[in-house]
Amino acid sequence: MGSTEGVFFLTGKDFKNAGAASSSLKGILEGMGIPAAIIRRVAIASFEAEMNTIIYAVAGMINYCITSEMIRIRIQDMGPGIENIELAMKEGYSTAPDYIREMGFGSGMGLPNIKRNADTLTVNSVIGEGTTVEFIISLSLGE
Amino acid sequence: MNTLPSIMLLGDIRDLLDAVVLARGEDMSMEIERAYCADLMSDVLAFSISNSLLITGLTNTQVIRTAEVATIKAIVFIQNKRPDIQTISLADEKKIPLLVTDLSMFDTCGLLFEKGLRSCSGLEF
Repeated sequence: MGSTEGVFFLTGKDFKNAGAASSSLKGILEGMGIPAAIIRRVAIASFEAEMNTIIYAVAGMINYCITSEMIRIRIQDMGPGIENIELAMKEGYSTAPDYIREMGFGSGMGLPNIKRNADTLTVNSVIGEGTTVEFIISLSLGE
Repeated sequence: MNTLPSIMLLGDIRDLLDAVVLARGEDMSMEIERAYCADLMSDVLAFSISNSLLITGLTNTQVIRTAEVATIKAIVFIQNKRPDIQTISLADEKKIPLLVTDLSMFDTCGLLFEKGLRSCSGLEF
């Protein structure tokens, strides 16, 4: 089996469509017959990363690659970058403004939630340029 | 049998909470086994489990998106917090029933707990 790949483009501050890409991704995985428990993990991690892009960045994109062994998601944004990745990985640490918190996000659980659902997670960030979050969820493990 | 958590029908939850149904009225025979309550969507994504009921005071479209990705079965909005039409139509599209009650978060959870509904934590009481 080869791989299925695709990309979704994200626009910063477009809260109306925030989550639509992860929703579409979920639909693609369902169509491929991926187990529901795996889909939930991918969708949650992807949604958190998508929200991060929409909250903090000017624009970004989600690349997905699905093979028989794993699902790899890479979210690249043109944003402010993360000053201290170690801190950002801590549950409860956030730099989000109040209006984001009022929407139910920015509670400092984004990256921790991605880590919780992913088998591997890599975060690369350059201040003033952007952040790339890549995670892999294995299809050979779990249900 | 009495050690198992109660399963409630969504229609019974509607009656208990004197709730109004805003979306997917046809799904009132849906079975609910677990519930999670929060206004922080990342907490829902982190701690809810599949097929549970979400009780929240937030009414924006991100609540529906969160419910969709976290495979939440249905949503109860507390204290008569009513979502806008975009949120309701997104819930319809995603087949997620929406209920709204006048009750507070505490009273909503208390009444459901009293009927035997339990949280997503796995703790039994």
